Amino acid sequence: MTSDGSKIVVCPQGPLIVRGEFTIEDGHGQEVPTNRTTVALCRCGSSAIKPFCDGTHKLKNFEKRS
Amino acid sequence: MKLPPQRGPVSAELIDLLRTFAPENDQTACDDRLVVPLESEDILFSDDLQLSLFVLYELHYRGFDEVDERWEWNPQLLALRARIEEQFERKLREIAMDVSYVPGDAQAVAQQLFTLANDDGGPSVSNFIAREATLEQAQEFLIHKSIYQLKEADPHSWAIPRLNGRGKSALMEIQFDEYGAGRPGAMHSELFALTMRGLELDAEFGAYIDRLPAITLASVNMMSLFGLHRRLRGCIAGHLAIYEMTSSIPNARYARGFRRLGFDTPVTDYFDEHVEADAVHEQIAGRDLAGGLIEYDPTIATEVFFGAQAACAVDALVGEHQLTAWRSGKSSLRTATERMPA
Ligand code: FES
Ligand SMILES: [Fe+2]
Ligand SMILES: [Fe+2]
Repeated sequence: MTSDGSKIVVCPQGPLIVRGEFTIEDGHGQEVPTNRTTVALCRCGSSAIKPFCDGTHKLKNFEKRS
Repeated sequence: MKLPPQRGPVSAELIDLLRTFAPENDQTACDDRLVVPLESEDILFSDDLQLSLFVLYELHYRGFDEVDERWEWNPQLLALRARIEEQFERKLREIAMDVSYVPGDAQAVAQQLFTLANDDGGPSVSNFIAREATLEQAQEFLIHKSIYQLKEADPHSWAIPRLNGRGKSALMEIQFDEYGAGRPGAMHSELFALTMRGLELDAEFGAYIDRLPAITLASVNMMSLFGLHRRLRGCIAGHLAIYEMTSSIPNARYARGFRRLGFDTPVTDYFDEHVEADAVHEQIAGRDLAGGLIEYDPTIATEVFFGAQAACAVDALVGEHQLTAWRSGKSSLRTATERMPA
């Protein structure tokens, strides 16, 4: 991790892990609250707590293994 | 916590010794007492040996009320611990089954651990809690969990000075979150205490020790065994990885179960928090902790996978114990007769 900015890890068959300095906003410009400094953002579309990942992707097979 | 009641010859001698003597003055007392033979058919289900091991380990965590703190490093107690641990580790290696790990990079390690977690065919306590548990069964479930969750993350913290590089940073990132990210009152152990109090349970660590069966103690003793030995640092990393990977989905079910029983925040906070937190932790634990550790030292790989597989095997036994009791309308905790002094 660098001291400024943020870094995103694309987890194969899983979420985006975001760490560093960032804010998350919804479509209305409202900040999505979180008290975590590293978050997992859902990439599969199945999470019940979007935009965050809740692990449901593990039941879904949404992305082929490379 | 208070010293628990004994459950057989070894724990009887041990607990009596801790209660009565001072470590430095009474060496002969130790010599006479701690040579008791360790007999057990299956150490995972031995009340006497699992309780003894729990007590010996607890000296390294928070100790016991009115017990001399110097006992922690007493050579005779360490020798007794080593004798029990030898049997315990042998049994764990037996039930964990062979490791089938294919060497690869950190992502390959994570993927194999995720596969292991997915294939874990252990009995589903979480489905039971979600759909059918009664209030009493939900309380019992919390009582079983409390012996770890009220000191959640502590056994894995022993590994911190024993790792380096990517694996260590990963462990620190996870543990920081487990301990509430610096926010007082937000430690996962504290959230769990709120859940317990919400169900009118005593949230003091160890309050229900006498009611816990050997197999529940075995699951927390396994973490202390892995955590306290540098030699087993790979195992504690594998253990943490598999715990994180088998957490988000079950915790969503627990939350559903407690809501079905009429509870809400703050009782459900612990479970809700773990749905979100462990979806992050499982990625870090698989790729950066376990994967990072193996990248740094490929020879540790089988130990990482052994730790993960042992965790699955023991927790399957805990789950089986709970579900068998509940399905036949019985308590999963030790009964009053079982708790009668022998
Ligand atoms: S990516 Fe994890 S639930 Fe969608
Ligand atoms: Fe936690
Ligand atoms: Fe976690």
